Amino acid sequence: MTLVYDDLGDEAAQDVPVRKIKFTINGKKKVAEIEPRLLLADLIRRGVGLTGTHRGCDTTNCGACTVLVDGNAIKSCTMLAVQVDGREVTTVEGLASASELHPLQEGFRQEHGLQCGFCTPGMMLAAKALLDRNPDPTEEDVRWALSGNLCRCTGYQNIVKSVLWAAEKLRAEG
Amino acid sequence: MFPSRFRYEAPHSLDEAIALLRDGGDYVKVLAGGQSLVPMMKLRFASPDMLVDINNVAGLAYHRADPDGSLRIGALCRHTDLEFSSLLKGTQPTMAAAAPLVADPLVRNRGTLVGSLCHADPQGDWASVMLALGGSVIAQGSNGRRAIPLAEFVTGPFQNVLEHDEIAVEAVVPPARGVRSGGYLKLERRVGDFATVGTAVAIETSGDTVIRAGIALTGVGGSTIGATDAAAALAGQPLTAETIAEAAGLAAAAAQPRTDHRGSAEYKRHLVRVFVTRILGSSLPADAVPADPGAADSERAA
Repeated sequence: MTLVYDDLGDEAAQDVPVRKIKFTINGKKKVAEIEPRLLLADLIRRGVGLTGTHRGCDTTNCGACTVLVDGNAIKSCTMLAVQVDGREVTTVEGLASASELHPLQEGFRQEHGLQCGFCTPGMMLAAKALLDRNPDPTEEDVRWALSGNLCRCTGYQNIVKSVLWAAEKLRAEG
Repeated sequence: MFPSRFRYEAPHSLDEAIALLRDGGDYVKVLAGGQSLVPMMKLRFASPDMLVDINNVAGLAYHRADPDGSLRIGALCRHTDLEFSSLLKGTQPTMAAAAPLVADPLVRNRGTLVGSLCHADPQGDWASVMLALGGSVIAQGSNGRRAIPLAEFVTGPFQNVLEHDEIAVEAVVPPARGVRSGGYLKLERRVGDFATVGTAVAIETSGDTVIRAGIALTGVGGSTIGATDAAAALAGQPLTAETIAEAAGLAAAAAQPRTDHRGSAEYKRHLVRVFVTRILGSSLPADAVPADPGAADSERAA
């Protein structure tokens, strides 16, 4: 795939200098030719076509675009796509297996952890990074880990419960 | 939103990075965590001709104590590394208090302490912390390395003294001469917002006597403010309700706050007094802790 932004004036897209990157997204290897200013959120949404990663504020405030890069939760609107060259990206589409929801997704269903759902992918990935690091978090740990992700519907109570539900399920599964 | 176009280079060594800075033209920026630079580029407040991404340079992601007790923080040490650092928890109370208060967890996973110092935002937490600790920045350029004390490093809002071919490769906190105590307190409207007020206090004591003190203020002036009179008032003194009150008053006087949507100038100045009192008071035994100026206010209001 080749990806450039379309504010090119008289210039043709094929004249824009691009860099070739190789990366892995949700376990699949990809190659892309991109202009260096392309943001990771746009590589994921427009290039790979995975639209579960949401663009909310686009100003590094809301966390709706959270994805994992090499296991670390980051805001994909605030990282250049060229920087994932050689790295592994996980989006919300990478959580479930073919037949089963991820315990975090199941938790959000069981505990009614979403209303409009816009912030949910980001919440789940920030929560996944927490649970990978700390399988037995306290409520306070969960609130702290999600403090960079804004939700305008739920008041957070059920999101926190959902993450604790998933933590328990994951521990039980060992 | 997306940035205007730029040339992108991701060298694997500092020498290559410095050569790119030297030969790259008038407007070249170093990209480390990018948590301030990328948003500014998206808003087109910054439109550099070239970015030199140092994330592929090996050996910069450290923080470690030297045998003499100095703490060294490499240019790719992320805020998160410092937040969960057992080294900091044991030896650097002011830094350990500040690390979890920088931005939000997602930004802390990318952003770096050294990058925050270079960005020189008057709202930056680390500049106050490093100023209070008497820290310095190590710059490396075509003409070698030099140490720049924090007090001289930041020259104004978003301005530092780095030459165009220099990279800030690490920050250094000098060894303690006494027992370290102190902390960092910050009022923010919500997680990740800029500070209404932030206050860094770092002291070293020998017995009951303060042998070194540093106090610095975030978000109450055009740049990070070193409250040097307040710190000087503590040096050579024991910590008592009286000496704490004097230092807190001098720190409040050093603030240059402006009234804005985060609060009035008077309120912000008052917060500096409250925060200095609380941080210094926390190292005293319970019966010697001075009255909290903030608590006195709420009683008056009630």
